[in-house]
This record gives sequence, C-alpha cells and structure tokens, in this order.
Amino acid sequence: MSDHTPATRSPAFWINAALLALLALVPPILFITGQPFWLDVFTRLVILAIAATALNLILGFGGLVSFGHAAYLGLGAYAVGIPTYHALYGGMDAIASFNGFLHLGLAIAISALFALLTGAISLRTRGVNFIMITMAFGQMVFYAIVALENYGGDDGLTIDVRSEFPLISLDNPLTLYAVGYLSLLLVLFIVYKITRSRFGLTLQGARSNEERMRSLGVDCYRYQLVAFVISGALCGYAGFLLGNFTTFISPEMMDWTRSGELMFMVILGGAAFLLGPVIGAAAFILLEQLLREVTIHWHLPFGILLILSVLFFKGGLAGIVDRQRLKGNRQ
Amino acid sequence: METSLLLIQLINGLQLGVLLFLLSAGLTLTFGIMDFVNLAHGSLYMLGAFICASLTQLTGSFALATILALPLTALCGVIIELVVVRQLYSRNHLDHVLATFGLILCLDTLAELIWGPAGIAVLLPGILNGGVEILPGVVVPAFRLLIIAVGLMAAAGLYIVVNHTKLGMLIRAGASNRTMVGALGVDIKTLFTGVFAMGAALAGLAGLLVAPIAEASIGMGNEIIITTFVVIIIGGIGSMKGAFIAALLIGLIDTLGRSYLDDFFNLFMSHEAAETAAPAVSAMLIYLMMAVILAIRPQGLFPAASR
Repeated sequence: MSDHTPATRSPAFWINAALLALLALVPPILFITGQPFWLDVFTRLVILAIAATALNLILGFGGLVSFGHAAYLGLGAYAVGIPTYHALYGGMDAIASFNGFLHLGLAIAISALFALLTGAISLRTRGVNFIMITMAFGQMVFYAIVALENYGGDDGLTIDVRSEFPLISLDNPLTLYAVGYLSLLLVLFIVYKITRSRFGLTLQGARSNEERMRSLGVDCYRYQLVAFVISGALCGYAGFLLGNFTTFISPEMMDWTRSGELMFMVILGGAAFLLGPVIGAAAFILLEQLLREVTIHWHLPFGILLILSVLFFKGGLAGIVDRQRLKGNRQ
Repeated sequence: METSLLLIQLINGLQLGVLLFLLSAGLTLTFGIMDFVNLAHGSLYMLGAFICASLTQLTGSFALATILALPLTALCGVIIELVVVRQLYSRNHLDHVLATFGLILCLDTLAELIWGPAGIAVLLPGILNGGVEILPGVVVPAFRLLIIAVGLMAAAGLYIVVNHTKLGMLIRAGASNRTMVGALGVDIKTLFTGVFAMGAALAGLAGLLVAPIAEASIGMGNEIIITTFVVIIIGGIGSMKGAFIAALLIGLIDTLGRSYLDDFFNLFMSHEAAETAAPAVSAMLIYLMMAVILAIRPQGLFPAASR
C-alpha cells in the first residue's frame, strides 16, 4: 500500500477497503443463505491469506525469497494436534491439554524457534542459496513428521477436539470464520506497523541496497533475522488456525509444493503491497476452486496460468492498481 | 554389525549417490551456465522413468528402451526450453522458481494423463536381475552395480566433455562471461538449448536407471529434487566437483543413517527411545548435515569461482 494522508485517499485504498469489507460480509451471507461449503472455502482463504501476509513481510518487504514457509503452517497445526492427541490418549503430561492458549503459545513459540535456528544459518547466504536452503529446511520438518509414527506419520493425524477457549467455540463455523477474519486484520495491522517503523524501513532499505545499508553502519543480518522470526511466528499462528479448521493434519500440508503455493499467492497479488497477499490468496483459492469443478486434472490449466502470470504479469494484481495510481500521480 | 551387510549398504549408498550426481550435474550445468534455477528438473527425471517404462513394455527390451529414452527425454528438455525456459533467462531467480513451479504442475498432470495415476514397474532382463558375488558370501544385485558403473562413466564423460572438448570450452566460457562469448560470435541461444537438453538427458538417465528398482510414478521427481538441492548446496552451487563429492557423501550418509542410526542410539539411549528417535533423526540427517556445513562454510564445500 502507498502513503495515504486522509485528504488524498488513493484508488488503491478504496479497493483494499472494499476487499476487506467483502471478506467480512460475503462469507457469512453465503453461510446463512445455505452455502456452508463456500464458508469453508473462505475460511481456508483467510487463513492462507494470513500465512501469505506473514511471508510477504520477508519476501516482499525484506526481499528474502523463503521457500519453506509451509513448514510453519505444519508446525502450528501439529502444535494443536499433538497436545490434543495426548490429552485424549495419555502420555506427555506436560503438554497434554485441550487448552487453546497452550496450543496457540506452542504454535507461535515453536515456529519462532524454528525460524530463529534455520534463519540464523540460511540468512548467511543470499539468492539461490537462500531459496534452496529454506526449501531444504522446510522439507526437513516434513520428513521428521513423516517419521513420527506415533502421530500418524504419513497418514496424518485427526484432531478430535478443537482448541478450547473461554466464551467462544471454534466448532461453530461462523465463529471460526470470524476468528480467522479478525486474525487476518490483526496480522495486516501488525505487518503495516512493522513496515512503517524504523525497523521496517531498515528492512526495506536492506532489500533495495544491502551494501549501502551496511556502509551506513546497519547490521542487516540482525534486522533480517528478526523479521524472519516474526514472519515464522505469524505463519505458525496461521497453522494453528488451519489445524483447528481442517481437524485433519498430515505432513502433506507442509510439503515444499505448499510453500510454492504460498509464494505464488504473494507474487500473484503483488509482493511488498500490504494487501497483495490477501488479493493473491483470494485469486489463487477461488481459481483453484473453479478449476476443480471443471476437471480433476485442474493442475494443468492452473500450472499454465501460473507460468503465463510469471511471463506476462509483472507486479501482480495489486501492481495494476498501483500502476494506475502512479499514472494518475504523474498526470 | 555384520561386514557383509555393511558392504551391501555401502553399495546401496553409492548407488543413491551416483543417481544424485546425475541429477545435480544437470542442475549445476543449467545454473552454472545459464544462471537458471530449474525446479522442474525433477519432472525430467520422472519423464525419463516413464518413457523408459513405456518403451520397455512396447519393445520388450530394457536395453533398447534405455537407448531410445535418452534422446526422447532430451527432446522433452528442448521443447521445454524453447517454450518456457528461454523466455526466463533475462528474469530474476524468483521468476525462474515460480515459472518452473508452474511447469511442475503441468508436467506432473500431463504424465498422469498419459500414463495414468498408478506407477509403472519396469521388468529387467534376466541377466541384470540376478546377483553378483563380490566377496565370498556377499551377493549384491547386479543392476545396482550397473547403476554405479553407468553413473561413474557419465561423470567421467561429463568431465571429458567439459574440460577437453570445444563444446566444453564454450560451456566454460559461457559460464564465466556470457555476453563476451555471444559477442565473439557464438550462437548463445543454441548453446543454451543444447546445455539444457544435456541436463535433461542426465536427469532422464537417472530416472530410467531408478525405474526398475522403484518403478516410475507421478511426483517421484518432487521428492528427489530437494535431496538434489541439498547436494548442490553442500557441494557449492555451480561446482561440478562439489556436486560429485557431495552427492556420494549424501548418498552414503542417508543410506547408512537409515540402517545404523538405531544401533548407534542404542549405545546411549533406552531401546524404546532409540526406536522412536532413530527414524526421525535419520530422516533429518542430511538436512542437519547441511545445516552444520553451512554454519561453517556458507558457500558450501567447493564454492564455484565467483563471476
């Protein structure tokens, strides 16, 4: 998003506001009018939009192409699944619980820790090395979960009881959607605040010209590592929601192709735009849903569209709006 | 620990390492020369396996199928290069990654449309099906020895081509300064297509070698491509020598880890703890090794000379 002062709201601002308003209104209306299936689609959409927004913090604003973010979705989901499993079937008393706050805390803490450890190593490299290393670390989590046969291994794990919170029940699909939607607003707000802070500006400076930032005496590595950890933690939070939404989790949800999909959401919508990933996630999931209804081989047209979007569609969907704005400004 | 079992595991590890080298050699070529990151390299490996499986059924001869499958996989590589990859050389790595990710979706689905969702097994001729007694009492499958031999020959061939032929000279020149080679009147476009086809043929070779052991299946490339990335990260991206050494290292460590880690853990853990921990740790072993090596040498073991 661009700089707004209240007096001169850009078209982009109104488009973003309209998008968020639509996301707030349309799914509940669909649900009430007897289309519960579409509420599910939108719930998945807002949760993945959170993950994509988290990824955008480092990919878009930090310029760091992380190809392992699905791992955090998985870690967050298993932070719900494993304590619930032990609460039902015994063992591991320290974490066996249905308590939602425990699940949430675990999801964020484990994701942040994993981001810290892997980020500390991968951020020492740049470019292709960074892409491949984050990918490999993501796949490491995938294989580790596959090997944990106690928790279903390859076959996955059913979450029989959702995380329990006082006052609200995540079993109600509307409540779950509301939680997802409000979480998205919260995460957007956090990322917005970060990108406007001194920290965020330094991060974006390091993206534009790292050498110059370093010669100004900035330790880019530290800034990037902190951003990487925040991004991982937020993505773990999305995983916590995803686990509660699907109630069935498996290593497949953290396969590297999932990370690729998250990256596509960011790029498709427009990297380094606050709402780009939300637009991208919406386009991605709705397109996927439509193609699925046409053919079981929907991956083929989908893949072709992805290739075409890379070849002919620079800057993503949000980029179109922004280019219009730039044109307008020049005039 | 039985010596004969260890020997067999060593050979299995070597065989995996050789396959990984064939795959990483192709990636190293395309990255080193065109500066192109190809996620769809694993799909070419899959295509090699499927084409070989089909041809074996069609001709009834594995040997004939192998000979035909190599140029056909290279042809697939040429088509992919002309249609998609060529448009991407001027783009950044992020675009390479995204476009070739789309390519994977297309190629996997196309393979499913052509060959069906189930895998296809490849039957070996009798002579390769047997075992070879390499030491008294130690029998290893003949085909695994053949894979190692073919892989090592391919490595040697690649070494000779790159270091001692005119083509290799152009390839090395292209790697160090593309623009200059183009300015000297070399047809860079054709050179790039040729190199991409060569990488595709190497991936196809790995695929058709693995087909009789594991069968050709959809998505087989997406699993091994990550291990291949680990190989080239450890070896140093763009370095052929690094890829060779790291491939053998990873092949051996992965195979031996899966067979012996529980014995090792038993030394200092309860039997139950070892039973649970060993599979998880052995699945992560090569990634942990990658982490340690990168922590010490961020550019890998044999970083390619900077450009």
